[in-house]
Amino acid sequence: MRKLIPLVLFCASVSWTQSSPVLAIRNAKIVTVSGPAIERGTVIVRNGLIQEVSENATVPPDSWVVEGEGLTVYPGLIDALSSAGIPPPSSTPRPPGNSPPPARGPEDRPQTSSWIRAADQIRPDERKISVLRNQGYTSAVTFPTDGILAGQGAIINLAGDSAGQMIVEQRAGQYVSLARSGFSGFPTSLMGSIAYVRQVFLDLDHYQRAKNLYASHPQGLERPAYDRALEGLIDSPRILLPAVSDVEIQRMIHFSKELNRPTVLYGGMEAYSVASELAKEKIPVLVTLKWPEGSRDEDPDAVESLRALEQREKAPSTPSVLAQANVPFAFYSDGVEAPVKNVKRALDAGLSPDQAIRALTLSVAEIYGVADRIGSVEKGKIANLVVTKGDLLAEKPDIRLIVIDGARYEPPPPTSPAKAEATQ
Amino acid sequence: MKNFLWILACAASAQTIVIQNANVLPVTAPSFKGSVVMENGKIKEMGEKVMVPAGATIVEANGQYLMPGIIDCHSHIAAAAINEGSVSVSSMVGIEDVLNPKDISIYRALAGGVTSANVLHGSANAIGGKCSLIKLRWGENAEKLKFEGAIPSIKFALGENPKRRGNTPGATASNLRYPATRMGVEDVIRQAFNDARIYQAKWKEYREKSAQDASALPPRRDLKLEPLVEVLEGKRHVHAHSYRADEILMLLRVADDYGFKIRTLQHVLEGYKVAKEIAAHGAGASTFSDWWAYKIEAYDAIPHNAAVMVKKGVLVSLNSDSADVIRRLNTEAAKTIKYGGLTEIEALSLITINPAKQLAVDQRVGSIEVGKDADLVLFNKHPLSSYAVAQKVWVDGTLRFDREKDHEERPAKELRKKQLLEQSKQREGQKKNSTPRRTS
Repeated sequence: MRKLIPLVLFCASVSWTQSSPVLAIRNAKIVTVSGPAIERGTVIVRNGLIQEVSENATVPPDSWVVEGEGLTVYPGLIDALSSAGIPPPSSTPRPPGNSPPPARGPEDRPQTSSWIRAADQIRPDERKISVLRNQGYTSAVTFPTDGILAGQGAIINLAGDSAGQMIVEQRAGQYVSLARSGFSGFPTSLMGSIAYVRQVFLDLDHYQRAKNLYASHPQGLERPAYDRALEGLIDSPRILLPAVSDVEIQRMIHFSKELNRPTVLYGGMEAYSVASELAKEKIPVLVTLKWPEGSRDEDPDAVESLRALEQREKAPSTPSVLAQANVPFAFYSDGVEAPVKNVKRALDAGLSPDQAIRALTLSVAEIYGVADRIGSVEKGKIANLVVTKGDLLAEKPDIRLIVIDGARYEPPPPTSPAKAEATQ
Repeated sequence: MKNFLWILACAASAQTIVIQNANVLPVTAPSFKGSVVMENGKIKEMGEKVMVPAGATIVEANGQYLMPGIIDCHSHIAAAAINEGSVSVSSMVGIEDVLNPKDISIYRALAGGVTSANVLHGSANAIGGKCSLIKLRWGENAEKLKFEGAIPSIKFALGENPKRRGNTPGATASNLRYPATRMGVEDVIRQAFNDARIYQAKWKEYREKSAQDASALPPRRDLKLEPLVEVLEGKRHVHAHSYRADEILMLLRVADDYGFKIRTLQHVLEGYKVAKEIAAHGAGASTFSDWWAYKIEAYDAIPHNAAVMVKKGVLVSLNSDSADVIRRLNTEAAKTIKYGGLTEIEALSLITINPAKQLAVDQRVGSIEVGKDADLVLFNKHPLSSYAVAQKVWVDGTLRFDREKDHEERPAKELRKKQLLEQSKQREGQKKNSTPRRTS
């Protein structure tokens, strides 16, 4: 009997159904997100795009029909900052004696791989793709994250025959991390990382001027040296800066104004206390779905600071505070395996379910400038849908169908503890 | 409601406050018993008898001691990073980028009567990072901590700290860092200023060229060399960590060679040996009262150091370099009366008007004078007494520390903490119950 279990699991992970060119989901409730919900309507998908969304659409005769009675259609969820699709860096240690010399300053471009594109790294069989997809995610904004200027993110659909087909947008922005890593070489401090990023963007301005000047009349001019770190930044439409605490958020607001580049902040745990400043500067925030928690391994009697306790209590109120202050925000998984479950804490803290769904769909698309492609159930958009029986944000959502680029996927049946025990 | 509170908060700082029946120690003028009037963040009037404006808040001092807010010329509080230790010249980094307005050390320094502090980069580099002079406006954000209009400054360091990474036992070639000797420290500083001069010349050339040719390409901006050019041009002050007489003289010579001034020598434990030379250069000295022997270069020290330098005509201050000592700089100052026989005014000057002059903000702070910032501290006893405890501290006329209020607020904070702990425990309990059991 035990032998059955691996078989069941195997089936679950590959249970996608064949695609037919036309799909019609009729008589379902449709949460469009871009407009009011349609209580009873039909969605028609053709060639991977949404062809029609209305209360009384005619179902084409060549359709694969899904009877939507009692079902709800949502736009597919989008993970606003993810590593889905990018295989984790290999853990083989560098051979000793072969490490690069420590950086002596910004000119050595330390911890920089800005030229790496997530779009070039995607592996369709990467594990997190199906983990997210099975929870109703159809897209993710995925970034290389190893370094200060780690690389260019990409917006990908979470299914496809090839990596190339999965890419929705190959330029999502540059991931910036200011955390210290490594023990020797510049920089080793937060202020060193900040100074480095500042110098790099000054260098970028200079580089572009020098290149333009040279391109206009190369004869008689000194040739600007090719710099791959700067080339990687040239076509980044925005930068993602880390900001978790209120002090960090204020620091990064200030830094963003100085860099004068489109900025998205990620982290946002204490954004509840600086929402008005964010609103004033119109800087979008990606809010982590990893709520702060007490450490499991600490001495349970250890005294915790009032500040840490306040943060733990109030972090889930950040989304509702940001919504009220009209700050654009979206949720990201932050390494959590079941991020949608954690949305409940934000709902408990005052976020409306509509706002929550928006922060998982259309708001992500808007922040990354792809709201004309994904994020809502609208005519002409990419057919990324999730169909549930009942509420998608319920504690145990009943996902019946996932549609990505018009292709249908069925999530694995929920593993109930009772059943698993029975098979043993 | 929030807006209303905000207006109220503004009104509070713009409010007129009269501190009466105080023993006032203006530092730059003789002491007197009387009142000080603060209005719109400035000192409006002072004297034995003053006009009490209508609607003013009266603070009855009952003979307690009012002195100017203490200024610490060398501190490392309120910053999320102190050392960029990877390179010997780290002038591209600055404390202003990493100020942490929520560091509890700010509040504790206020409780010791401090109202301004120069937050320095660490001493791991011959030329360190940019410093940030702050006012201890506890409760404000990082930008509002900055002492507006102050001349920027930078940290240098001589001796053991900057050369330590050059000869660490057991280090490999890849993590050793030049220099390894005091000679090397001098070389690093000279080389950096040679580079700065070349960079300065490049910009000069560009400015001349761009006057005729608007399309000329400017030089690449170099954040490491820009602050050094500012030093050469007198637009940025140098605070140099130093201990030994020989290295102090070395730095003064280097500065003379490149035509800039050392604003202050920090620590300067052997300053008493070369006080005349320090005074001749015009450098200030910011030292400890009686703290030494924590490393070889800090052995040849005497408690009379500050007094000897004062008497030789050096502008001297006492600093803390510590989040602990910063809370009792008044006691540090008192020690110079015992060791060296300074007068009360001279002793108080070491932690008020003198550091203000060294930091070039003496037009704004450092003494109680009409027109200066209302940065004041009320001590229960004479501040040079070991029994003195700061009771109330104003920065720009805003009460930022009040011992009484602090005590009153404690039970409510305790209660809040208890509630939060309870809620946190409850959540964890729920989570445990809802987590499915492992099934395989």
